[in-house]
Amino acid sequence: MKRRDALKLTTATTLAAAGTLAAPAILRSTRAAGPIRIGAVAPKTGPLAGGATVSHWPNIYLWVEQVNARGGLQLADGPAMVELIEYDDQTNPGETIQAVQRLANQDDAHFILAPYGTGLNIAAAPIFDRLGYPQIAVTAITDQIEELAGNFPNMFFTLGSTTAFASAVAEIVAGLRDSGQIGNRVAMVNVADAFGIELAAAGRPIFEAAGLEIVYDQSYPLGTQDLSPVVRGAKDSQPDAFVAWSYPPDTFGLAEQAMIEDLDVRAFYSAVATCFPAYRDRFGASINNVLGAGGVNPTDPRFQEYAAAHQEVTGQEPDYWASATTYSSLQILEQAIEAIGEPDRAGVSEYLKANTFDTVLGDIAFNEHNNNERYWTCGQWQDGVFHGVASTGREGAVDVRLKEGWA
Amino acid sequence: MDILIAGLLLGGTYALIAMGLNLQYGVARIMNLANGELLVAGGFAAFWIYTSGQVSPLAAIVLVAPAAFVLNWLIYRVMLRPLVNRARSRGQLEVDSILATFGLSFILVGVMLAIFGGDYFSYSYLATPVTLFGSNFGLNRVVAFLMASLIALALFLWLNLSRPGMAIRAVSVSPESAQLVGIDVRRLSALAFALGGAVTAVGGALISTFLTLDASIGILFTMKALIIVIMGGVGDIRGTIVAALILGLAETLVATVIDPGLTLAAAYLMFILILLFRPQGLFGRRTL
Amino acid sequence: MSQAEIRNLLVAAALLCVAALLPLTGDGYYIALGVTIAMYTVLATSWALFSGPTHYISLATAAFYGLGTYTVALGIDVVPYWLLLVIALVVGAVAAGLVGLATLRLSGVYFVIFTLGLAEMIRQVVTWVQNNFAGHRGLYVLTDITEEIIYWELLGLAALVFLAGWLINRSRLGFALRIIGNDEVVAAHSGIDTARAKVLLFMVSGGVAAVVGALMAPRWTYIEPSLAFTPLISFTVVIMALLGGAGRLWGPVIGVVPFAILWEITSAQFPNQRSLLLGIAFLLIVYAIPNGIIGRVEDLVRRVRQRREA
Repeated sequence: MKRRDALKLTTATTLAAAGTLAAPAILRSTRAAGPIRIGAVAPKTGPLAGGATVSHWPNIYLWVEQVNARGGLQLADGPAMVELIEYDDQTNPGETIQAVQRLANQDDAHFILAPYGTGLNIAAAPIFDRLGYPQIAVTAITDQIEELAGNFPNMFFTLGSTTAFASAVAEIVAGLRDSGQIGNRVAMVNVADAFGIELAAAGRPIFEAAGLEIVYDQSYPLGTQDLSPVVRGAKDSQPDAFVAWSYPPDTFGLAEQAMIEDLDVRAFYSAVATCFPAYRDRFGASINNVLGAGGVNPTDPRFQEYAAAHQEVTGQEPDYWASATTYSSLQILEQAIEAIGEPDRAGVSEYLKANTFDTVLGDIAFNEHNNNERYWTCGQWQDGVFHGVASTGREGAVDVRLKEGWA
Repeated sequence: MDILIAGLLLGGTYALIAMGLNLQYGVARIMNLANGELLVAGGFAAFWIYTSGQVSPLAAIVLVAPAAFVLNWLIYRVMLRPLVNRARSRGQLEVDSILATFGLSFILVGVMLAIFGGDYFSYSYLATPVTLFGSNFGLNRVVAFLMASLIALALFLWLNLSRPGMAIRAVSVSPESAQLVGIDVRRLSALAFALGGAVTAVGGALISTFLTLDASIGILFTMKALIIVIMGGVGDIRGTIVAALILGLAETLVATVIDPGLTLAAAYLMFILILLFRPQGLFGRRTL
Repeated sequence: MSQAEIRNLLVAAALLCVAALLPLTGDGYYIALGVTIAMYTVLATSWALFSGPTHYISLATAAFYGLGTYTVALGIDVVPYWLLLVIALVVGAVAAGLVGLATLRLSGVYFVIFTLGLAEMIRQVVTWVQNNFAGHRGLYVLTDITEEIIYWELLGLAALVFLAGWLINRSRLGFALRIIGNDEVVAAHSGIDTARAKVLLFMVSGGVAAVVGALMAPRWTYIEPSLAFTPLISFTVVIMALLGGAGRLWGPVIGVVPFAILWEITSAQFPNQRSLLLGIAFLLIVYAIPNGIIGRVEDLVRRVRQRREA
């Protein structure tokens, strides 16, 4: 190496070092005393941005708006307004982790809201745990709740487990068969991404145990542009019920193909995003009696009041599953903070484990594994409203109806 | 028969995604990584026109195409012309244009997020079945296929029969020689880039009738388009169309006969095999 | 070894030691940022080991990275972690070797898109295998490995990569590669086995990327195909390396550091306009710093020297 090179190296490293040293000054935002700082990180861009824009972000805006309209959080030494600090993680777990670090160390956030999506929530769990922040996860559906809660004692689960969602569908289909309304042939497809793979793997033994015959069982890659071979293959297997462990873009695509192919099953189920208002707006009456993951009790006045406020503040309708649960998780956090009377994270975590909370979904409490045991598992579009039809202990489920064609 | 028709319909979709990029890369030598975002923008425009004015996406094309043409022409003149001017070699222009259009794709995503938000965009248009040879197919896909054929035919005839078309082909074969015989390479490159952008946006408008789009989904289309263009051979519209159809047929065949889970794997495997045996693509010329 | 070389080595070692002190600040935020920077430093430097001299732009980084991540995810309950790192290295190097052998005939943009297609194919096959045969549900990597440890591991790997790059530059292999980069025909005529040289370097690059993936797996905890194989990694690595300048061993790191900080600043200050600002910043870089930062610095040095001599 020549002398010239050495000079270049030194110049370059000096520049880099200057950049590194200058960064903290720019990055470190001002720390104001007074308000309760709530950090939020979730996708605004990337593959999960579409879902987060429907189910996640609007509820955070709604909650902050409502709390501040009431005069803030009622703490021991007077009310404190909520200040929201939000970051986009680009659906990238590295960014999620970094944003949580930034919220804790740079922004000095008092609390950090759980991220969006199973992968991002679990990726962030070690950081939440190490920094001592409670993490009330909503959109994290897994069968590892006990193990995760064992590893990360401040992580809470609200939306349910993989097995429960698969079981609910199996029970509904088996119930229809037992009452003689349909046969026991099930066509099952799944999107080949973590969530779909997990649900399909959980579903297979459960469906078989329920005496259902899986006559078609295929996966398709995330981002498949033409689902007609999948739907046609399912149709050729002459199923009585069609079950798809699907993600948003293909949930829409499957419904459209089913209409075009006239997949004439009496029970049609697709998983995530079936309960989105956009799904109904796109397909109108055709998707009447389609089953989907999630559900709420839409006749409950508390839910109706929440939905009206959601519409008013954010200008959009909530979905019929994770939206209300996300909002409930914020209510839970709010009640815990107010009960403790100060932004004491360890105190709030302990309080979360020991108490029952009053939310728009009704009472919510966590068991010894930090898991909310009572949640909606399956719903159905009935005359333009998505009614919960199965849950693990929620009230207001309606009877399942048979799908009568796509017209 | 089912497989054949479904495969051709999918191939038509792929042709819509890739034809524009072929023009842009083949003639203007711009490896446009913002291709997918422009496609999504075309889809959003059709969505917006449809939901706000109840104008059919097919009619919306009349608005989308010229708008996209002007936008892409501006992008070329303002953003890319300086890169072309400063490039000392084709390789350097390729690297520079990859970097610049990658940046542009971020800008487009940001603009679309600001205007439309991150939500999914979908509407039902012509989602009615048509029966061909005893099986049902979505009318919107059939329409998109017919439009793709129409665009492909028009492009092919124009490139082969009209004077500017010939000139564009000359540029795609050899910019230096084209310059020597008195062709205005700079003007034609801009024209080809703008035209390619217009075709892409129209493709987006048509695709939005059956696919659900959101602001960040563009990169998926970019990758598909890159693969089709390279598989078909750069600078030849026939290659792109043949590659798109082959890809559509292969994906449908694998999905129906073997396993839908292997659809994309098979598509990429085929792409790789083709490149191994014909490194310049199906219809490509060996570049020197 | 000349005096200047010894001095450079010492400077590099000193810088490395300074970087290794970062976790002692105890500030998790900087450690997290440090992990990101270290990860991209290793990826971009090892990418440039191959692509710098040969001018072959590879978009397959995500494939090797993902293979490494999946090696750990699938084996974490069965095999000790250090062994998984070795397996990841082998898997990545073998995969890269196969790719290298297959792509010899391709040049220019065909190679670029080929590697992109290949990365996607590997991702699809891995997903399909997991779906049908792995029997696992989700893949969890629950370990006690903290961010500090990951940071040090990556830093150690970075040191190894720099050392390897330095040794390669001095070796016959490096000389051969530079000739290939300048003119492949000349290289072949002067008796250089261009194929062997390229494949070897690509294997180094692929193996290192796989090890990075394996090292990062404990940080992600939950492994899904769309995250492990995200094509964004491939693109980001290329951009960072080109920004710094791929022609020099330390070029990429000079691109990585400001880029990561810029990325961080836009994320932190403008979460809602991040995409837009990043795009604009990107274009500014392309237009204002055409030859990478290294090129700019070299220009500057040359000008200063000319003035001094004048």
